[in-house]
Amino acid sequence: MTTPTQIPFVDFLELGDEPHLLAEECTECAARYFGRRNACASCGARDFHRVPVATTGEVRAFTIVTFAAPGVPVPFVAAVVDCDGTSVRTNLVDVEPDADHVRLGMKVALTTYATGTDEAGVEAVNYAFRPVEG
Amino acid sequence: MAEDLWILGIHMTKFGKHPDEDLVDLASEAALGALSDGGVTMKDMGVLAAGNLLGGVGSIGQLLQKQIGQTGIPVYNVQNACATGATALRTVCMAIKAGEAEMGLAVGVEKLSGAGLLGARPRKDESGEWTRSGRLGAVGGVDGRIGTETMAGVFAQVGMEYTHRYGGTVSSAFELFARISEKNHAHSTLNPLAAYQKRMSLEQIMGDVMIAYPNTRPMCSANTDGAAAAVIVGDAALRRLSLEQRRRAVKIAASVLTSDPWTEACQVLPDVNTLTRAAARQAYEAAGVGPGDLDLVELHDCFATAELVHYDNLMLCEEGGAVDFFESGAPWRDGSTPVNVSGGLQSKGHPIAATGIANVWEVATHLRGEAGQRQIDGARVGLAHVIGLGSACGVHILEKAAA
Repeated sequence: MTTPTQIPFVDFLELGDEPHLLAEECTECAARYFGRRNACASCGARDFHRVPVATTGEVRAFTIVTFAAPGVPVPFVAAVVDCDGTSVRTNLVDVEPDADHVRLGMKVALTTYATGTDEAGVEAVNYAFRPVEG
Repeated sequence: MAEDLWILGIHMTKFGKHPDEDLVDLASEAALGALSDGGVTMKDMGVLAAGNLLGGVGSIGQLLQKQIGQTGIPVYNVQNACATGATALRTVCMAIKAGEAEMGLAVGVEKLSGAGLLGARPRKDESGEWTRSGRLGAVGGVDGRIGTETMAGVFAQVGMEYTHRYGGTVSSAFELFARISEKNHAHSTLNPLAAYQKRMSLEQIMGDVMIAYPNTRPMCSANTDGAAAAVIVGDAALRRLSLEQRRRAVKIAASVLTSDPWTEACQVLPDVNTLTRAAARQAYEAAGVGPGDLDLVELHDCFATAELVHYDNLMLCEEGGAVDFFESGAPWRDGSTPVNVSGGLQSKGHPIAATGIANVWEVATHLRGEAGQRQIDGARVGLAHVIGLGSACGVHILEKAAA
């Protein structure tokens, strides 16, 4: 077994040729969540299956963070993106972090980037969204 | 139907920097002030509920008792984010409604001056090898890599989401939110207990340090020290008190607490709207009044972006009409529905656990006709609102009513 050279930054990111996010979807009511669940906060059911989330969406809310905790690089654009009905928390990249360039309703698409390499040489790859035409 | 509840005595300390007083000093000042205002003592109290969120002392209620009176009564130490004070108040209301006490004391206290950016935790050292942790299985700090966890950033998105949904005519969201802040800073000039009593121009507000667009520093709640306390009494006990005590008592027409119901996006961006709307609806129903009956409102303007959405959530306007409501001048102190005439959290200050009771204090003081130069003339009904992320929402409706 070879050591991977890249790993996803979070469990719900699937890398490969077509990177995408995976939501835990409640088998009863189809509510979607990111991350490990104990039960569905909407209906109480306990069974989930993993479903791919649309890789394009529209910016529903954003902020440009210029003051953050020590060690968190600023400025950055934080946003909520509506991916075909599933809300995704994310950063926006490949856009100037100012209100002239980021706008509500902007069409965006999933992208990935390396966010650091550990002492074993493994690169962590995170997701973000970037503006697209349309 | 359980008996009516009344605020018999209420007090708030000046908000601001109190370097020489500890949490218990501030809580004592508020508690003793409320007891004195109500003409009663700790010996009259059948229950105590006390709240402190970030002080790390744990049993603030018992620490307070040791300074002002250990009478053996039940003590509840409550924590409920920024709704901690409102939760303490409601705890006392519930104890009286349940018949377990006739009179009780609620206290909220916080030492927060110089606390900096709330919600922001320094990113941990990420040397070594990647290790997954937490429910997201993240190999490193999420804040700044997957959105933001700072309160200024979270509430910025809450406000921007509203303008996206309803603000078709908003040419500049930044200026709109700055003007809301301009109103609250202007109001604070009349409040001697506010941390800041400085009028700020729109240019000053917009030109100040940007924290999280569109919230600049003066558009964020001011971290301050402070405490507030209230003595609550039921009908039967009130009738045994003096005419003067009864005359100044303010009726609690509704005391409501809600939490976040599930909505599609609530785990991605906290939904401060649904639970607030539910709390408001329940409170209006319990009080038998509508938004049009309110003479003043103290709402949780932890950021300028939050105030806008709560105009709508508290039904002070038509759904989707918050921008027009603000543009009409309605929430200014000379408008049709004065909002945050105290200066709000942005200028009065936001000592977290004290805020819920402090908002009630502001409304009660107007209903008593004791608000000095910032008095809203003839005020008879008012609403106090707080929200704590996580989420909890407290709404109290007060009425001036002869007992």
